[in-house]
Amino acid sequence: MLPCMDSPANATPTPSIKRHAIATRLWHWINAVAVFILIGSGLGISNAHPRLYWGEYGANFDHAWLTLPRWPGWLTIPGHYNLALSRRWHLFFALVLGFALLAFVIASLINRHFRRDLRVRRGEVAPRHLWADAKAHLAFRFHDPARPGAYNTLQKLSYATTIFVLLPLLIVSGLALSPGMDAAWPWLTSIFGGRQSARSVHFVTMAAMSGFVIVHLALVILAGPVNGVRSMITGWWRVPEDGA
Amino acid sequence: MSAPITRRRLVAGGAIGAGVLLTGCDRAIEIPTVRKILFTGEDMHRGLQRALTDRRALAREFSAAQMSPIFRSNGTRDPGTPAYAALSADNFAAYRLTVTGLVNRPLALSLAQLRSMPARTQITRHDCVEGWSAIGKWTGPMLGNVLKLADIRRDARYIVFRCADLIGGKPYYESIDLIDAFHPQTILAWGMNDAMLTIPHGAPVRLRVERQLGYKHAKYVTGIEAVASLAGIGQGKGGYWEDWVDYDWYAGI
Repeated sequence: MLPCMDSPANATPTPSIKRHAIATRLWHWINAVAVFILIGSGLGISNAHPRLYWGEYGANFDHAWLTLPRWPGWLTIPGHYNLALSRRWHLFFALVLGFALLAFVIASLINRHFRRDLRVRRGEVAPRHLWADAKAHLAFRFHDPARPGAYNTLQKLSYATTIFVLLPLLIVSGLALSPGMDAAWPWLTSIFGGRQSARSVHFVTMAAMSGFVIVHLALVILAGPVNGVRSMITGWWRVPEDGA
Repeated sequence: MSAPITRRRLVAGGAIGAGVLLTGCDRAIEIPTVRKILFTGEDMHRGLQRALTDRRALAREFSAAQMSPIFRSNGTRDPGTPAYAALSADNFAAYRLTVTGLVNRPLALSLAQLRSMPARTQITRHDCVEGWSAIGKWTGPMLGNVLKLADIRRDARYIVFRCADLIGGKPYYESIDLIDAFHPQTILAWGMNDAMLTIPHGAPVRLRVERQLGYKHAKYVTGIEAVASLAGIGQGKGGYWEDWVDYDWYAGI
């Protein structure tokens, strides 16, 4: 970490640290746009048949475990019902999301981002530590004054869950919906217990991903949005003066 | 600049940004270049699937116990034209499936002739573009055998299926390439679930192209045409939905 001075307006300059590597920043924004478009177009696709089933088959005469609401136009891409265009958006950005994630994972193994920043140490997942971390969040204290640039444990866990569980699960369950891929790789549907199960998992995982996005945005706003957004653009993050 | 104002501005900015991006998507797709790029997704998926997987792979087949209790129909449920009504009234005795285009031996096959050909029976999952799936049993000759019977020429690249039904006054048609046309599970089904194909499911003959979505499985097929290019057929995009509603021609995704 390189402390540096970048605040000429202040009498007492606050140190900035290089927080995000170029691979992380590029991927973050590409992924953010892809996730946004995939959720919107996915909700548009959902409107074509808003019923979810378990098993291999499932249609109107079969038992649906969940009937979804009709998503309003301000949530869907396009803003009016058009299954063909929703699919065009969805299938193009599915490739963007998939290959961007692949590139980011390779880059983060090479630049040691995962090892350095996302590795959860054994002591961190102890209930006492997690409880303290949760209390600190509730008190809006997000940074360890001793190591302000480091992610806290809940942050590490949620990022790791998103990168290594939610996004891969979305990709695999999405691929399982493709009849062409199913023929070639039958395990795609087998691991979910059928195509309609994969479709249900795809939707539930999307809901979890949306939950992450909402909490992530809320915490960025609470933790200092300008500093946070700037650091994800330029890489430089100003260390908060109070260490909070 | 105090922090609360900055936050409020950022939240407002973010909300506006999200709104702009959402409506921006609708504006963006009106731009021909954006549309073109977006529509290349189909070619990339097809290219990746064909490059990375076995293009002869068989779709999974199921046991009789795994079949859907009720197999719903979709799209046209009865062509309803006078010509079709006359055919069905006579149990399709006057029906002829024509095989034309780039073939050395054009054919006009009766339903009895099709039924006398060696048939394949397969229990497969039908995946609709809308998201639902149904498992059913299909019986009929392999399309590849019919094309060989017609002595398909080497310059043929696509197989076009002409159908008896109209949607909004426009004739339904579909097309596939030769990889799918000669795939062993691509059959001209005259039987479904151990009975003759019913009218809602495309009697007397429907295409089964098991590695693609439901709208490719043309119903009420009356003509098969081998062609070198899809240009000049319909609006040139290879099918009714492709022409009029922007559906992907390659529906393996």
